[in-house]
Amino acid sequence: MRTDPAPRWARNAGWYAVLTALSLVVLFPIWMTIVRALSNPITWSFERGQPPYPVDIEWDVFTRAFDEARFGRQLALSALVTVIIVVGQLVTSVLAAYAFAFVEFPLKRLMFAVTMATLMLPIEVTLVANSRTIRELGWTNSVEGLTVPFLATALGIFLVRQGFLGIHRDLRDAAALDGYGHLRFLWRVAIPVTRPVIAAFTVLSFLAAWNSYLWPRAITDDSDWNTIQIGLRAVANSTADQLNVGVAAALLAALPVLLVLIFFQRHIVRGLTAGAVKG
Amino acid sequence: MKSSRARQALAGYGLLAPALIIFTTFAFYPLWRVIWLGLHEQNRTGTRQRWVGVSQYTDVLTGEGFRDGLWITAQFVLLTVPIGVAMGILLAVAANRRLRGIKAFQVIFSSTIASSTAVTAVVFFVLLEPSIGYVSNPWIFDLLDPDRAIFAVALTGIWQNLGLTFIITLAGLQAVPDDLLEAARLDGFGPVKTFGRVTLPMITPTLLFLSVALTVFGLQAFAQIDVLTGGGPAGATETLVYKIFSSQEPRQLGEGSVMSVGLFLVTGAVATLQFWLLERRVHYAN
Repeated sequence: MRTDPAPRWARNAGWYAVLTALSLVVLFPIWMTIVRALSNPITWSFERGQPPYPVDIEWDVFTRAFDEARFGRQLALSALVTVIIVVGQLVTSVLAAYAFAFVEFPLKRLMFAVTMATLMLPIEVTLVANSRTIRELGWTNSVEGLTVPFLATALGIFLVRQGFLGIHRDLRDAAALDGYGHLRFLWRVAIPVTRPVIAAFTVLSFLAAWNSYLWPRAITDDSDWNTIQIGLRAVANSTADQLNVGVAAALLAALPVLLVLIFFQRHIVRGLTAGAVKG
Repeated sequence: MKSSRARQALAGYGLLAPALIIFTTFAFYPLWRVIWLGLHEQNRTGTRQRWVGVSQYTDVLTGEGFRDGLWITAQFVLLTVPIGVAMGILLAVAANRRLRGIKAFQVIFSSTIASSTAVTAVVFFVLLEPSIGYVSNPWIFDLLDPDRAIFAVALTGIWQNLGLTFIITLAGLQAVPDDLLEAARLDGFGPVKTFGRVTLPMITPTLLFLSVALTVFGLQAFAQIDVLTGGGPAGATETLVYKIFSSQEPRQLGEGSVMSVGLFLVTGAVATLQFWLLERRVHYAN
């Protein structure tokens, strides 16, 4: 920039002020959640003006979430369900994407259209019928019920196929010359080359599975089968003196996602913007 | 040669089989099934059903329940989408510059993406719930007032979507070529004029995509309502999906199925719009 140092300094200060103000707006709800988790709920309510800072801090609220809010069991169930769904979606997506990208078979275009058509059939639309199917299969309150309907997704097939189609012709010819069969080409060439796409999809798949709410709510009716997200419903019904425990559970529920956000930020950005921005 | 083609076909369908089985069982079959259930009435225990035909479709789709659900859903969408996109632009423009420590602000603005809908509901429960919440006078965000509860529910949606809208809009801004901005500057455009004449047209496709994505989220709003209001007060926040969810008892199954088909049609219209927009985008990008 060609401006004098002083105005530039001033302009930067202005932007820092704007950014800080916006940060406060974004973070305030989270801050108040932390305040309510840490504060003794009774002390906080009787404090004059119900302060925006923690009072009478009880650090053991997080361990109490495990003991009293059954957070441990919910965490284990959510983790299990999420791992099964993510791994399942990866496998089915890679296999189907491979077929669409590299194998010639009859009615391929039709099959691809059929696959993409499932994007028009979110679980909200099929909920009534699917929950009956689950009941008929005897899968109410079960890991099968929570996971099986989500073991394939058109989004994953689409993204991975795009990645596969981007593999250079030369690379395929070279692999063919070396006598690579489908399996070896997939494992040694296609997957390694498209790792960024697969990673981006994995993060999206994780977010969707971990945060899923409507489906587990619809096909479980036993609190033993509450995932973390469903367990949070209890907060709204908790008594005033128990509120901090439920709120702490909500913070803990967001923690794994926050860690993924921090460590896999690049992948999240790439996954979310796939299709949104011409790269 | 012939056998090789047969082998290719076998390989292709073998690879597709797992996905196709899931799609058939949990997407296409249930679509057919909700359509079918919509043509029937169940007895109280769900052991027997009676054919009522298309009349149930016309009754439900023109009835008050569906209309209310659609209108409440539309309110949620109309509140969350424009404000969400505007906030996304605001945050992204503010954070799209070279400053020391800008990464930290970008992480903060993205952070709400870590908050699931249920977690977000708890966050706003703690803020807005009248007896135990932080805000003693919730203004229009009043969970107990039938006329205003939708604002409270929509507020949770807006806040939760901030991270997503910020990330996508920022990526859009960063894809605007620097030489274009430089050319605008050399032409004597000020920052406001540059934004209006150069940046905004360049990111319009991104914003359209974002609007469609947020609309789809809005059409599917459920968790925040289930946690915060349970559809209340007095049914004031019963969105379509909430109504569908609460009509799974045999007696209401027919009605719920028709509403599901209604939601499918609405979602389909939005998805068609999405494809149309994407198509256009590819055209003017070329």
